[in-house]
Order: sequence, then structure tokens, then C-alpha cells
Amino acid sequence: MAAGVLTGVRQVLRGPRLVSAVFSCHGQTFSSAAAAVKSPAAATDTAATEKILNFPLTQPDYFRLSELFTMKDLFEARVHLGHKKGCRHRLMGPYLFGSRLDIDIIDLEQTAEHLQRALNFTAHVAYRGGIILLVSRRRQFGHLIETTAQECGEYAHTRYWKGGLLTNASIQYSPGVRLPDLIVFFSTLNNVFQQHVGIRDAAKINIPTVGIVDSNCNPSLITYPVPGNDDTPVAMEMYCRLFKMTINRAKDKRRQMELLKGISASV
Amino acid sequence: MFLVWCILLLNNQAKNSYEAILHDISGQASKEIQCDQNFCLFATPTRFYFMDRPPFRRANKLGLPVRQIYVSSSLWKKNLAAAGPQKFTQEFIDKQVEEFEVGKRHLANMMEEDPETFTQEDIDRSIAYLFPSGLFEKRARPFMKHPEEIFPKQTAIQWDAKGRPFHFLFYTGKQSYYSLLHDVYEKILAIERHQDKMRNKGLFTSDTKQILLTGSRWLLKEEIEENLVENISDQDYMRLIQLMEKLLSMPYCSLEKEFILKFRKQLEVQSSKYEIPALQYDPQGVAFSVADGRRKTAKASITLRDSGSGNITINGRNYLHYFPVLQNRVQLMFPLLFVGMMGRFDIEGSVEGSGHSAQAGALRLAISRALLSFVSEGEVEKMRQAGLLTADPRIRERKKP
Repeated sequence: MAAGVLTGVRQVLRGPRLVSAVFSCHGQTFSSAAAAVKSPAAATDTAATEKILNFPLTQPDYFRLSELFTMKDLFEARVHLGHKKGCRHRLMGPYLFGSRLDIDIIDLEQTAEHLQRALNFTAHVAYRGGIILLVSRRRQFGHLIETTAQECGEYAHTRYWKGGLLTNASIQYSPGVRLPDLIVFFSTLNNVFQQHVGIRDAAKINIPTVGIVDSNCNPSLITYPVPGNDDTPVAMEMYCRLFKMTINRAKDKRRQMELLKGISASV
Repeated sequence: MFLVWCILLLNNQAKNSYEAILHDISGQASKEIQCDQNFCLFATPTRFYFMDRPPFRRANKLGLPVRQIYVSSSLWKKNLAAAGPQKFTQEFIDKQVEEFEVGKRHLANMMEEDPETFTQEDIDRSIAYLFPSGLFEKRARPFMKHPEEIFPKQTAIQWDAKGRPFHFLFYTGKQSYYSLLHDVYEKILAIERHQDKMRNKGLFTSDTKQILLTGSRWLLKEEIEENLVENISDQDYMRLIQLMEKLLSMPYCSLEKEFILKFRKQLEVQSSKYEIPALQYDPQGVAFSVADGRRKTAKASITLRDSGSGNITINGRNYLHYFPVLQNRVQLMFPLLFVGMMGRFDIEGSVEGSGHSAQAGALRLAISRALLSFVSEGEVEKMRQAGLLTADPRIRERKKP
């Protein structure tokens, strides 16, 4: 009873959220009740929509994102270069290949695997019309990230993070605002080398995060960490390009599926 | 029995006030509050029961116990102050605009004027004519203005039907301001790229056309807030000005001239600087100039004709007849005496209002101003220093008890 009330309250706080098999466990009861009430024509419509939403989840690499990058590309973009040994975070140990001349080298095999997972997740979120927020507090790349967000039709926040942006949203913005469904951190540290407040807040609000973690960052609260370099312009440009391409691909695919559904429905 | 009833009533009132406080905390305006877990956290069961009888608990259709709450009518009144400034929906504003346009046409028809070319000044004039008001406070008089001037500008709902915000920087909180910073930085980058291109071609020069900034100032923080429809802090404003200065410091900043000038405000030219009246020629080729002058409530208008013989006509009469007093005639002569052109001009003037001395003063100012077009620059400065061109600001002081 208490649990029911609590989840009810939380859903009200979060506002309208996408009902999807990925996020909540209440989806099934809702959709079946709705389907039972609707007419046969609407029922086929709902079935088609469900197919559009559920079919991609059955494939491991539905958007073929493995062809977007290779390990050689990562190497050439200097993604493997971490910080000095003294700056190393103890939790980043497993992701490091080793250290050379006191500089930590990030294991690119693990990076490739993590990046693939992160891009796949981003693609699925974009496919289902989720709001993606690109965050970074590095002033060097703020403009680049904002431009990337503009080009793929998503949102960016590369400025001073005000305290209650996620946790106090109904007062910071207006009541009924929809919060981001995914937050991508291009650098998990803020300008004083502490963990970005957004990571902790997203974890509190149950918003999944993707984060590029360098060797001095804490990967624990991030849902899909991607160990990699976040200081070099080449590496950042590569990440921005990759994320932009995944999001655009996913959105194009969705548009294509909707068109096909429209054609099949009219037929 | 009466005593019992009193005690019952008192107990009830105590209960009411306690539950009224609870009611306020929960913030719901309903008579029945479901006693579910959240609420029971506040409602402790330490209650004084009269005659050891717990309050009668009713149940609603869900089977949950329900407590009847009695509150005073003052609680039903909405706390208007806490609601914030009044918000208007877009459709309401659109309806107002429509009504204004229709009303404007009706007004034009009433005043028998062309509805197409009916301006705001015509509206003001017509309203003042149709609804004459003797109220001293101008803002309390009836007016008819476009709704945009009456209703304050508000930010509309920032997201579409699916909940996705329109602006890509919505989640920063200050979307217009940060978007502005983004654009300025974009322009800085564009100019840097242009510089590099010129350097590559070997055409780079530092002495390019600079933007003229004299006579203008940066927009104030309040003006920028008005433009952005958003509140910004002092640091934000400083940051914006720093960015604009950086843009200006680049050699090829003239590429973004219009953009920068949008943030500069022209300083007003020193007001009340009198323009020298133009020298006109009548059909006979005689030069003449026209000027006005005022003193207290007297208004004078002078026509100074060249190649005359010193005749002065005021309101159709000779100046000797119009000004019997010597002092007034001396006032008329002084400007001409000062520049040494006594017998050269023919003066034709009209004056009205106030008394003879003020009329003479008004005429003197008008003559001095008319003389400016016949006289050299140095003489103008001398006249100014003599006080001939300064309008006398003294007016009649009001009566006090």
C-alpha cells in the first residue's frame, strides 16, 4: 500500500513519461486496459505502434552503430590518453590498460565495448522520442556541444548548473515540465575538478546517464560510463560527431517506420 | 443542558481550528479528506474526546475512513497575493486585439474619418473629445490603447504537445541569454576564420574599417532584460558586455556591424539646442527670416526683412503705439544694437498673451533668434554670452496659504 502510494506520488512528480518496457514496470497494465477499451481499428494501430516500439529492442545492434567507429579511429583521436598517475581515480583502475611515462593509458577494447553500448542506448532513447540533454562544463568545448545539440534537435547545458534544475524542476521551470530522459556527460567534472552535480541529481531522479569518464573521474553513479579522454579537442569532436550521427540515425529510422506504418495502415 | 451544549461547541471549535490548520497544510479545498497514509502521518490520534467517545468514522466507497472537516468561509477565499502576477492566455490577448481593431474602426466611423488611416493620435484625440474628463491625473482619464501596451509581455508555454521544449537551451533556465552568448561566440569564431583566410591569402591588415562607437553607449541591464524577456544577474550582464568588447577588439569586427549596433544606444543629442532658422528669399529677392520667442505666457513671432529702414510693426500697429513705455522699446532694440545692424532690418511681429513687459521680452528673444541667420559664427557666440539667446525660465509662482 505504502509502496503503491509512493510510486503514485513519484509518477505525479515526474510528469508525463513515456510508457516503455525499458523504464517502468507499470506499462503492461496500462496498455492492456487501454487496448481492451479501444475499437478494432485502433487496436491494429496500437499493435503496429507496439511493434515499432518493441521490435528494435529484440535486435542487438538494430541501428548498426558498430560501423560508425573502429578502435583505430579511437586511437587516432587520442581517446586512450588519460591523466597522470597521481590523478588516477581508484575506481578507474579496471578500465586502464596501463601507464606509460606516468601517463595512464585507457584500454581501448573496453572503451569500444562501452561506447557501443552507450551509443546503442542513446539511439534507442532517441528512436522512442526521448529528450536527450548534452552536458559538459568544459568551457573549451561548450560551443561545440551546443552546436551538436542544435544540429541533432536535442538539448544542451554547458553553463553553470543551478541547484534544483532536476530535483526542483516544477519551480525552476513551470509545473508540468518534462525532464530529460537521458543525460550525456561529455565531461563528468566541473571547473573545480569535482563530480558534476548533474550526475548525482540524475541518479536521484532515476534519469539514466551516459558519461565519458577520464582517468581522474568517478564512474560509479553513471549508467553507461565510457572510459576515454575528455581533454583533447580531437577526441571531443569525435564524440560529438558520433553522438550526433547516432541520434540522427535513430530519428530517421523512426520517421521511416512511421511512414511504413502509415502506408501499411492505409493499405 | 446549555452548559453541555457550550462545551460541545467549544470542543467542536477547537477541533475545527486544529483541522483548519491541517487543512491549510495539505492545501486542498475539499470538505472530505481521505484518511490514507500520507495524511495520517500528520493526524495524530491524540484528541480529547467528549464523554470518551471517538468521533464517528464514516467510510467512502473505497472503504477508507473519511473525516468530515468543517472550515470557516474565510478559508474558501483564494489567497490572491500568493498567486503572483495575473497571467493571460494567448487566446485572451488575441480576442482583446480583435476587439481593439473593431473598436478602432467604429470610432473612426463615429468621428467621420477614414478607418484605414486612423492612427493612435487620432484615437487619443477622439477619446478626449467623446469622453471629456476633468481629472488632473492624466493616467486616470479614459484611454484606448493597443492590448500590447496594456497587458505585460509574458513568456508563452515553452514546449509542444509531446512535452519537448522548443528552445535547445531550455534546460539551462536562461535560454534567451545563453542563446545570445552562443550567437556572439559564433560570430567571434566566424571572424577568426575570416582572419585566417585573409592571412592565408596574404591580405591580412590590421587597419580595417572600425565601427564608430562615439555618441552611443551599451544597452543597460534593464534594457537587455526587456529585450530578452528574462531576468539576468549583474555578472551575466558583465559577461555579455565583455564578450561584445572582445568582438569589437578584433580587426575585422566591421563584418558584424549591425549586430553590434543593436546593443548600442545612441545618446541623445543635447536637447534644446536651437537650430538657426534658414534664410529665406521672397519674390523680390529680399532676404528674410522668421523666428519665435516666448516669455512667461507671451508668445511672439517675428519676420526680419533685410534691406529695410528700421520700421517695426507689432500686431499691425507701430511699435511706438504698441509699447508706450520706453523700457519695452529698449528691449526690442537691444539685439539690433548689440550686433550693430540698427537701421538695416524691417521687423514685422505678432505677439499674444501675458503683459507688456513679457511681450517685449518674447519679442526680443524672437528678434535675436531671427538675427542668427544674418550674423557670423563668432557673433552668434557673442550673442549667446550676452544672454540674448537664452529663454528666460522665470514663470509666475503659485499662490501659497
